[in-house]
Amino acid sequence: MNRFYPPSGLRESNPTKADGLLAGLHLDLPLLTGLILLCLYGLFVLYSASGQDAAHIERQLIRLALAFTVMIVVAQIPPAQLRRWSPRLYIISLLLLSAVLIIGHVGKGAQRWLDLGFFRFQPAELAKLAVPMMITWFLAEKTLPPTSRRLAIAGIMILAPVLMIAKQPDLGTSLLVASAGIFVLFLAGLSWRFMGAMVVTAVPAGWALWEWGMREYQRSRVLTFLDPERDPLGTGYHIIQSKIAIGSGGLYGKGWLNGTQSHLEFLPERTTDFIFAVLSEEFGLTGIILLLSLYLFIILRGLYIATQAQDTFNRLLGGALTLVFFVYLFVNTGMVSGLLPVVGVPLPLISYGGTSLVTIMAGFGILMSIHTHRKLLPT
Amino acid sequence: MSYATLKDYLRESRLFQNRALIAAMVVVLALFALLGRLVVLQVMNHQHFITLSQDNRVKVLPLPPTRGLILDRNGLILAQNLPTFSLEVIPERVKDLDWTLRELGAIVNITDSDHKRFEQLRSQRRRFDSIPIRVRLDKEEVARLSASRHRFPGVEIEAKLLRHYPLEDKTAHVVGYVGRINEKELQTIDASSYSGTSHIGKTGVEKSYEEILHGKVGLQQVEVNALGRIIRVLHSEPPEPGKNLHLSLDAGLQQAAISAFGEETGAAVAIDPRNGSILALVSNPGFDPNLFVEGISAKDYDMLQQSETKPLFNRAIRGQYPPGSTVKPFIGLAGLETDTMTANQKNYCPGFFQLPGHSHKYRDWRKGGHGGVDLEQAITQSCDVYFYALAHQMGIDKLHRFLNRFGFGRLTGVDIAGERGGLLPSREWKKQTRKQPWYPGETLIMGIGQGYFLTTPLQLAHAAATLAARGMEHPPRVVQSISSDYSTVAQSNIGEPRALQQNNAKNWSKVIESMTQVIEGPRGTARLLKNDNYRIAGKTGTAQVFSVKQDEEYDEEKVAKKMRDHALFIAFAPVEDPRIAVAVIVENGGHGGSIAAPIAKRIMDFHLLGQEM
Repeated sequence: MNRFYPPSGLRESNPTKADGLLAGLHLDLPLLTGLILLCLYGLFVLYSASGQDAAHIERQLIRLALAFTVMIVVAQIPPAQLRRWSPRLYIISLLLLSAVLIIGHVGKGAQRWLDLGFFRFQPAELAKLAVPMMITWFLAEKTLPPTSRRLAIAGIMILAPVLMIAKQPDLGTSLLVASAGIFVLFLAGLSWRFMGAMVVTAVPAGWALWEWGMREYQRSRVLTFLDPERDPLGTGYHIIQSKIAIGSGGLYGKGWLNGTQSHLEFLPERTTDFIFAVLSEEFGLTGIILLLSLYLFIILRGLYIATQAQDTFNRLLGGALTLVFFVYLFVNTGMVSGLLPVVGVPLPLISYGGTSLVTIMAGFGILMSIHTHRKLLPT
Repeated sequence: MSYATLKDYLRESRLFQNRALIAAMVVVLALFALLGRLVVLQVMNHQHFITLSQDNRVKVLPLPPTRGLILDRNGLILAQNLPTFSLEVIPERVKDLDWTLRELGAIVNITDSDHKRFEQLRSQRRRFDSIPIRVRLDKEEVARLSASRHRFPGVEIEAKLLRHYPLEDKTAHVVGYVGRINEKELQTIDASSYSGTSHIGKTGVEKSYEEILHGKVGLQQVEVNALGRIIRVLHSEPPEPGKNLHLSLDAGLQQAAISAFGEETGAAVAIDPRNGSILALVSNPGFDPNLFVEGISAKDYDMLQQSETKPLFNRAIRGQYPPGSTVKPFIGLAGLETDTMTANQKNYCPGFFQLPGHSHKYRDWRKGGHGGVDLEQAITQSCDVYFYALAHQMGIDKLHRFLNRFGFGRLTGVDIAGERGGLLPSREWKKQTRKQPWYPGETLIMGIGQGYFLTTPLQLAHAAATLAARGMEHPPRVVQSISSDYSTVAQSNIGEPRALQQNNAKNWSKVIESMTQVIEGPRGTARLLKNDNYRIAGKTGTAQVFSVKQDEEYDEEKVAKKMRDHALFIAFAPVEDPRIAVAVIVENGGHGGSIAAPIAKRIMDFHLLGQEM
């Protein structure tokens, strides 16, 4: 990626030259800087979490290269073009999701990807972008805030792919896709009264389901889901171990490569979903604050880009994509620190693994495209 | 850009900025909350976690609960847990599996079926799981193995509690058995409450009371060294043992009933009409449930499965038979209660019945007919024509409604897993399942308990008990109480009784009196049961296995045993204050009065007189 972005550009020594190059590539310097710093930080942690395995780093570097390339390619596409593609993209992802369900049904097992021969493709990843794009396209057609009829239609458009993904079953991804759609609704001016009403109806509905709709063992599973430490022999074990890792990290951490929890293999999934625990153990609260600052910077930059955007479609889409990125972060860190239930969501840009990485970076590509394809307003 | 769109544009822009600002604030707040959580973990509880991590060689081990016992009404043990030793192999830790198995075979006897089961289990489980190669080692074998154990890494002698049923086939169909948890069961149980438990109730009471018998899993947080050996127990939550079940079943009565059956196949159910508790529930022949506990060998299973007497089939709750003439007292009662006829009204029986305008002859079992009979005579002599006429007069709808009250055609709700509901036909049933209207001829044969009508022996006993209790219906129960400790009986399990609708108590008395005449009357079909000790009310029955063509004789001698009629008998005693209600069915037994009734008599004798014949 240095080819596209010379290190000199990081320093502000030659801003004009760097700006010219970046502008030509339709990239946003602050956002790009934040992303690169975050990825570098992640590589350091991954090196330790993987047990100093160079092969892990190599594979992750290849994925990062691919993901940044995707971002750059997406950034070249004008937002108007993205807008035109939205319905098609949405329908394609619905078709692919049904295909996955049918194949999964035939294969009698959980199925998330389609095998295209040369690579495996997860349609749910496409849905992460297609759903907010579709909802944005739909709502941006008319003046905002949307009427309740259009809200209902949008709700159905969110629910269809979410249910299909939940059925795969992939709770984590369906949650992300749902939140992407809901964020669009929120940013489009969903009335507070409506949000309040949803909460008010959800509580008795949940209670009724609990009281009459569930059997004893199902209740027990829900309780364990909400409070994994209830089940120290199952998922609770992960949480117990990851809390020990985080807590024993203290203010400054045990130092890079010195985390006992991860190196003695007490911590499960330490390169993927629980990598945050490795970071917390080795770099302590200081390392966490650095990490969260980077994330916060990226999120605020994303929201800023959204507010500066010139039309409703760009604004809503940019804002929603940024907020989904935050959901990734919050759900993952909340889970690892025992604050939230265990849902399989990776720590964005840090966890080992490629599929979500590409989608996230494609999302940032869209943000950059929104920011760099602005035109001067006619006066 | 027009003014209106510009206004919209500005409004939308402001709306969005507003929302984005709120979102940003939420993000910052959420991150602070997260940071707060991390401060709690990393700063406030740092010392706690650093200690845990320093010697984090903490392992959590499940402590499986001991399964509750099952006892009969006198405290006799029907299901217990016996310590046994088994020889187990962890494939991952064994270098040369073939050599190991060969050498082990030289020390203890390992049969082909042991090998087969081992291979089967090995294909199902993970490599680091311990798999039994031999179970139930005796003391000598344990000693010999212990002496040469050092030669076999990855081979362990495991001591564990194994479920054991001391009465073997005598109670198999009531108590049921446990077996290894299978894939399907794994999906519906709470996996962590079964960690450390390999068995689960598969049939009978073992299944229906699984949750109570199982208990609650405990756990132990232990510190282990690098080799995985336990150094120290850090924290321990003892398991909560499963609760004991006290059955109303009388093991002695159960045995008496089984010996009364002898070689005959069939079923008998005895119920206490005062509270619905099951005193005996026999399906003969039985099988040894202990075979299933550690996985039954294919050979044994095939033998049980292919046996013509079907020992695995629980006839008492799953066998569905036409009730035959045992249903006549209920139909007689229906006639009285619905005011269709009176008890003294006589009907002439010429030996057959014809529907008006039809030539088909519905025959009586007695060729010459019974002449003029009233209700009592019709019941004692089991006159078919009387009940053809009565059923025809009442019609299917009334008949169905009335018999349904006695529990025919639906589950009794007994607390033994696997019950079937029988079939009480009705107009709607036939329309739904056969897409055909109900024909009057079908009402006739229902009047004598034939046709589509099917009942289980349990349903018959339950109906007899309800009749004996003069309409007080008690849901049948085999578990009387549940105790959490061997000594204290805690929880009663007897269901709420329900009073059946009654028009006139005299009608009930009349029917019961008629049933007494079945035993005491000079022409009663079960008169050989007459005795001086107590009075019995009963009714014999014969259920056709195959139908005899019009104008053809049914000749017992000529018909192969398999095609012979089923013999049935229902009874309760003592008539004045019934303490036991019985239903007996003997498959292919011929006449109810001569085959089934004596079995019922021996059951009642044992219960009421305490004597075993």
